[in-house]
Amino acid sequence: MTVKMINLTIDGKKIGVPEGTTLLEAAKLEKVKIPTLCYHDDLCIAGNCRVCVVEVEGWRVLPAACATPAMEGMVVYTNSPLVRRARRDILALLVSEHSTQCTTCYRSTNCELQELAAEYNIDNEIYINLIKDKHFTIDRTSWAIEKDETKCIRCQRCVRTCAELQKVNALDVIHKGANMKIATFFDTVMSEVVCTNCGQCINRCPTGALTERRYIDEIWDALGDPEKHVIVQTAPAVRVALGEVLGFEPGVRVTGKMAAALKHLGFDSVLDTDFAADLTIMEEGHELLDRLKRKLVDKEDVSLPLMTSCSPGWIKFIEHMYPDHLGHLSTCKSPQQMFGAIAKTYYAERKGLDPKNIVNVSVMPCSAKKYEANRIEMNDSGFQDVDLVCTTRELGHMIRQSGVDFKEIPEAKFDPFMGDSTGAAVIFGATGGVMEAALRTAYEVVTGREVPFDGLNITPVRGMDGIREAKVKLENVLPEWSFLEGVELRVAIAHGLTNATQIMDDVAIGNSPYHFIEIMACPGGCIGGGGQPIPTNAEIRRKRAEAIYTEDEKMVIRKSHQNPEVIQLYKEFLGKPLGEKSHHLLHTKYVRRERV
Amino acid sequence: MRTRQSAVKAAVEKHGKERKNLLPILQEVKRSKNYLSRSDISDVAAEMNLSSAYVYGVASFYHFLDLEERGQNIIWICKTISCYMKGSKDILLALEEALKIKVGETTSDGKFTLLQTNCIGWCHKGPAMLINDQPFTDLTTEKVLNIIEEYYQKS
Amino acid sequence: MAKRKLKRVDLIFSQDCSCKDILTAALKKSREEIIQELIDSGLKGRGGAGFPTGLKWKMAAAEKGNRKYVICNADEGEPGTFKDREILDRVALKVLGGMALCAYVIDAREGYIYLRYEYRFLIPKLEKMIETFHKWMDEFDLDFRVKLFIGGGAYVCGEETSLIESMEGKRGEPRNKPPYPTNQGYLGKPTVVNNVETLVYTMMIMRIGAEEFKAMGIEGSSGSKLFSVSGDTHKAGIYEIEMGMTLEDFVKEFGDGDTKAVQVGGASGFCVPRKRFKETTIGFQGGLKGFSLPTGGSMMIFNSSRSMYNVLHNYLEFFEEESCGQCTPCRVGCQQLLKGIEAIKRGEKSHRYLNDLMRLSETMKLTAKCGLGQSVANSFASIVENFREEMIY
Repeated sequence: MTVKMINLTIDGKKIGVPEGTTLLEAAKLEKVKIPTLCYHDDLCIAGNCRVCVVEVEGWRVLPAACATPAMEGMVVYTNSPLVRRARRDILALLVSEHSTQCTTCYRSTNCELQELAAEYNIDNEIYINLIKDKHFTIDRTSWAIEKDETKCIRCQRCVRTCAELQKVNALDVIHKGANMKIATFFDTVMSEVVCTNCGQCINRCPTGALTERRYIDEIWDALGDPEKHVIVQTAPAVRVALGEVLGFEPGVRVTGKMAAALKHLGFDSVLDTDFAADLTIMEEGHELLDRLKRKLVDKEDVSLPLMTSCSPGWIKFIEHMYPDHLGHLSTCKSPQQMFGAIAKTYYAERKGLDPKNIVNVSVMPCSAKKYEANRIEMNDSGFQDVDLVCTTRELGHMIRQSGVDFKEIPEAKFDPFMGDSTGAAVIFGATGGVMEAALRTAYEVVTGREVPFDGLNITPVRGMDGIREAKVKLENVLPEWSFLEGVELRVAIAHGLTNATQIMDDVAIGNSPYHFIEIMACPGGCIGGGGQPIPTNAEIRRKRAEAIYTEDEKMVIRKSHQNPEVIQLYKEFLGKPLGEKSHHLLHTKYVRRERV
Repeated sequence: MRTRQSAVKAAVEKHGKERKNLLPILQEVKRSKNYLSRSDISDVAAEMNLSSAYVYGVASFYHFLDLEERGQNIIWICKTISCYMKGSKDILLALEEALKIKVGETTSDGKFTLLQTNCIGWCHKGPAMLINDQPFTDLTTEKVLNIIEEYYQKS
Repeated sequence: MAKRKLKRVDLIFSQDCSCKDILTAALKKSREEIIQELIDSGLKGRGGAGFPTGLKWKMAAAEKGNRKYVICNADEGEPGTFKDREILDRVALKVLGGMALCAYVIDAREGYIYLRYEYRFLIPKLEKMIETFHKWMDEFDLDFRVKLFIGGGAYVCGEETSLIESMEGKRGEPRNKPPYPTNQGYLGKPTVVNNVETLVYTMMIMRIGAEEFKAMGIEGSSGSKLFSVSGDTHKAGIYEIEMGMTLEDFVKEFGDGDTKAVQVGGASGFCVPRKRFKETTIGFQGGLKGFSLPTGGSMMIFNSSRSMYNVLHNYLEFFEEESCGQCTPCRVGCQQLLKGIEAIKRGEKSHRYLNDLMRLSETMKLTAKCGLGQSVANSFASIVENFREEMIY
């Protein structure tokens, strides 16, 4: 089928574009940037901020470039006096409705409104300040997300994110006219609604209206307290994105610099969540095999498919949306929480530390991890297993505050003892990574051979398609796994909660063909997490994922069960996967929640 | 978990679960007590497989889907300029005095709620008001008190 | 442009010809014939926007597929308009007849009357009429059914895409256009949304023919229309008058002898001061500059005892509340205009600030997403321009 071409003129230049191209896209092809605010690459077109208006010859009004398709013969001006004046007015209106306390704003210098207002030289005094008379509030009730109405410009990106990408709809537009605003159900506080804390709204908020709850000061306080032994763990996805907030292009791996910077900040021990990711694979892989055995051999009524439990946004989602199907979740805690529990027991014991003096800090690509650390179940070490969680963005702030020249700092290694990791753990950061890591281990446990994929790269589970599936046939298995002989292991992967819903609806009616399903709340998996640098789009996420897989390939050990520190941990402390101690420290329960 | 109200279930059943039926469903649920409560909204949402915030957002868009507790009778006085020119302010004041409430409030016996609304389409016969669904036009302070009295007796 | 004296017409409420007879005759014609007749008649939408009705039907008729909708827009909310209520109260069968014509032409099987909440008292009567109408449809062997859809109380839902959104169970927020409803309307299907009065006129054109209809009115604005007259007049009410009357003639007929201004088209329309009554006609040609003003029929008359500041303030309060709130120019713009004139009145802002507000209203007109936001400037600019001193002192 041939695509019809549309001929039009943009800023005096005649061009042809495929039918259906918007004026915004057409201008972009011509390297003309039209300013936008409500537009976002990941979301449907809203056309409500009107900042992208352009002039079209013969038209009575200035249409929004994002929402107007190119039409034959159109003559478009993207920067005429009329357009500039209109944009300036619109920006001034937005500023009049916005708290302009930029000096104290967390998003200062990374705010789309600030940037445009400066670009268009908006005078704060043009229009009357409207927020004085409004009873706006700042909601700090959530462990994860802060919502500041005084900074909201009502672009509805968060609303579209929550609805389109995540199918959560915790935030929506309420009232109309002057009272129109973004709110939860009956304006209930964020901590008491269906919000999964995924933070995707934060990543797409153009201003500081939605931010993660920050723990920077608490972390500095702990670091400054001589009584405390402060441990930091960093998640796999942080190392491929941190660079973005410190002057690097997307996709640059800064693992060594990050470790060095963390040491400079004063952490007593700079460790790696990857260690716990390998541990998770050991537990979760055996849980899968155990469930298969109970189903196939013992004919027990166990829940299959097994679903991953690493993503705290996904966990809260299923608790709210599918409370009758929590049995499908792996009982394994996430790597962050396994790490925390082990650090305050095994690590403390080995280092001769009193666990009450240990402060576990984790750096996560995620806002939901802040909530997860504060779940009441997460106290199995006898203390809160993980004390403070900061995002990739917060770590960027801390590094800047510390004065370290991140670009120049020489690389360092993680500290030993819970600092070791494998390639399998690194890929946890990208969608499909947990599945790939689990397969690398489970297949080898069952057959005694490596997975039958070139260079251990299980490519069918990789990529950015919303839902992916793969099959692995188990043949010539080891004697103790004879019941799996000839079984075709069927797996699926979904990222973004809208995609998860699609999978989950089948599971809920008992119609899912899979044995094992990996679900990550965020688009792209953790590399696209709600704690990652802003902006985000498909291209940036692709680059981060590429960096993750490169990191994997550079690792000497690429299978979780070969992580020497994990082997040692089982030998010295845990005994065996799914053993009693594991059960106590590394596994958890889930909670049925209301859907409001 | 809380069980959903049977009235909501019946309304959803009657109109159908598709989203396009949301307004008629909300209108029907509202009718029994003149407003929509938190649990009304969340029950409708759950029955229709929509998010509560979404249904709240829709309901809050429309003037006549009241989200605050209302009296048995809701008085809506037109506040458009044409009625204003004919003395709607006097009508409002007379009602406030007679009912001993301000605009936006409900009488302590729960019989009346006094509200204002935009043009109700009786500009040639202003001042005009609605009590529930019923329009009243060419109002005078005297007339309006009689009308109220009638409703008072009825309820 | 030819000017005529005000000429009363009696089509809409006339009872001299049965609806059923009109339909019987019309349904013998081909679809193309009906479309052509409507196009020839020059009928334009009577809700205020003035889109050619024949063309709208033609576009929907050209769409493929067997699910299409006819929607009667009875969400009459423009301040000062009450004609649709009167039509539905007195001649609902003519409205339904117009819907049947449209259904026949575009091949629709379902129709809705989107009735504003404020007109709920009409429901029993309308349901009865619909029942009768359905019997006719059976007699005509036309597979077409009409249902009532009751609005929730939102002025913006008079905008056709908001109306559709509202019918789909959403907030009544205008859509981006294109696509237009004739292409993708209710539930994504081709949909014709016509005002109550427009539908009646399609029936009347079937009765009197395009020629006779076109013989009334002026170039570009043919036929007659209903006017809702209110304010400082002894003759408040509804009148059917030929298009193209001058405001001078109108005021002569309806004014109280002391008319200082007429607001044509309600809050979203234009305010015409006395000095321009002579040169201003009512029609669809152009905007304020051409002095021929479009209107959905709202004619509010103000005499010299009225403060135009109060009038504008009332309109702006209305818009500030009724804006759907989604687009910046309308949501924030309405608030700024209102707060702006208040600040000037209180002396907190200089009278020069009116110039800034005039420019802002122009921006709103150019950039707002829908007709509501675009038309706020109409009343704002025309009142401020003509009654500037009243805004300041």
